[in-house]
Amino acid sequence: MADKVATREAYGKTLLVLGAENPKVVVLDADLSKSTKTADFGKKYPERFFNMGIAEANLLGTAAGLAAAGKIPFASTFAIFAVGRAFEQIRNSIAYPKLNVKIAATHSGITVGEDGGSHQAIEDVAIMRAVPNMVVLVPADGEETRQVILAAAKYYGPVYIRMGRLDVPLLFGEDYQFEIGKANVLREGTDAAIMANGVMVSMALEAADELAAQGISVSVVNVASVKPLDEETIIRVAKTTKAVVTAEEHNIIGGLGSAVAEVLAEKEPTPMVRVGLKDTFGESGKPTELLEKYGLTKDALIKAVQEVLLKKQK
Amino acid sequence: MTALELKRVANVIRQDIISMLAAAKSGHPGGSLSAADIVATLFFNEMRLNPKDPHWEDRDRFVLSKGHAAPVLYSALAEKGYFPKEELQGLRQTGHMLQGHPDMKKTPGVDMSTGSLGQGLSAANGMALAGKLDGKDYRVYAVLGDGEMAEGQIWEAAMAAAHYKLDNLTAILDYNGLQIDGKTDSVMCSAPLVQKWQAFCWHVIEVDGHDIDALLAGFAEAKQVKGKPTMIIAKTVKGKGVSFMEDQAGWHGNAPSLEQAEQALKELREEAENLG
Ligand SMILES: Cc1ncc(C[n+]2csc(CCOP(=O)(O)OP(=O)(O)O)c2C)c(N)n1
Ligand SMILES: [Mg+2]
Repeated sequence: MADKVATREAYGKTLLVLGAENPKVVVLDADLSKSTKTADFGKKYPERFFNMGIAEANLLGTAAGLAAAGKIPFASTFAIFAVGRAFEQIRNSIAYPKLNVKIAATHSGITVGEDGGSHQAIEDVAIMRAVPNMVVLVPADGEETRQVILAAAKYYGPVYIRMGRLDVPLLFGEDYQFEIGKANVLREGTDAAIMANGVMVSMALEAADELAAQGISVSVVNVASVKPLDEETIIRVAKTTKAVVTAEEHNIIGGLGSAVAEVLAEKEPTPMVRVGLKDTFGESGKPTELLEKYGLTKDALIKAVQEVLLKKQK
Repeated sequence: MTALELKRVANVIRQDIISMLAAAKSGHPGGSLSAADIVATLFFNEMRLNPKDPHWEDRDRFVLSKGHAAPVLYSALAEKGYFPKEELQGLRQTGHMLQGHPDMKKTPGVDMSTGSLGQGLSAANGMALAGKLDGKDYRVYAVLGDGEMAEGQIWEAAMAAAHYKLDNLTAILDYNGLQIDGKTDSVMCSAPLVQKWQAFCWHVIEVDGHDIDALLAGFAEAKQVKGKPTMIIAKTVKGKGVSFMEDQAGWHGNAPSLEQAEQALKELREEAENLG
């Protein structure tokens, strides 16, 4: 459990596996290949690697063309530049024609750290989720990332994969099974549920442990597949616990919390508390200090569970 | 200021860059050092500024389009007196005003928030258009990177600046030949840049970006040009002034360790002594 690896690191390694397995896999980057970890693929398969320079609109547009000609492009840059700079290329050149492009974005959220608010994508899940045909995946650790990347390559159509800069604890072994459209119940509980993804999953598990010691039984659901969303599992867990906390390293507007709230509001109204950035930009600082400052910690999750339990009592 | 005095300022700025990055333990030395002479010349000679009134309507405007070089700007602002020099030590730390990339809401003297490459020239165009609209005689300066030349928006802005005859705008290209993934020519070749900017109807001046006299002459010439914007293509060395950082892509975004910083500062102090 003590082992840590960044999801972007696992992405880079998995690309090498894909490169060996499938000659159709091509990789594009925008002058960040060392940071996004596509550089190793570039070294091993130089003829299938395209550095587009600092030109993200062209990066995504070119990926669309490669996909239209039968390739399976993985296009990588920081989340802010992929979703931000190239939104409309993604929308009209990739999603609208449902082309087989994998947008593998790294450096999402405030754990980007010192580079500051300009580089911390906190709205990418909301934006990508709102685009028809787009699959949105947010892996929690290295193993899940490996499986997410393989699943994305197998699936035909546009996929947005949100990864991070920071080393995060390894949570899963090879027996873990990720599937597009499926949430994973990591802990069954009866009093409340935490539905989380990305860096928040390990904190959710820790919070559940601590709450268990206080006699509060908490389900933990890893919702790596934000879209398609596993409505069945979410509704089932909401029915048993009757109190749901969502947790994401993202603005509370439009991301996982919103996705869960949409389902529950229509199909299983349940008291909820959303943990995430409270409609504010991040700033420069050490990742762990920022998580603390913006309330993305185990303790914040414990508080949120206590809060949702009060709502449930009412 | 004389050229010699400006050289001394640039040297101080380089020392500030090294010590603030060492304290922050992260940040971008290469592109900060390469722009030090350009920024020193602008802030200490060329631009009309009032550090006591950062929002003075008639001030010249500065846009650091290559926002990752924030340390060079922060040092110039501190040396000009926009804020106390001690602030430099808070670079990139939680709760401090000096963000990893320039933030106009947090830092006095920063005219435009930047950091996402390719956007600064458009903002500079907007400031230049507003100046013309308001009948003001302030000038607008924007510093761009050569890797940044790959962004399509740069060329959209280039076209618009010429179209609107923004002769109150001077752009400076920090032409250091490197970006993150290596040499700009091998990552995404943007050459020939002189011809490109000329073809976009800009007045183009080529200078050695570490030659203060040449920079002074370039800025003076730009002011005389009527009816078009000016691009000063300043040939520079990334990491300039610190021997082990010079022309090394690896020093784009890595802070020096304390020992490396000490070595760098030693070299820079020697340079200062030689300047007299
Ligand atoms: C839109 C965008 N894409 C990517 C980056 C990441 N990035 C920061 S600096 C840099 C390289 C810049 O190279 P150059 O413009 O040549 O600057 P310099 O050599 O002067 O540091 C990149 C790719 C960014 N800040 N903005
Ligand atoms: Mg450069």
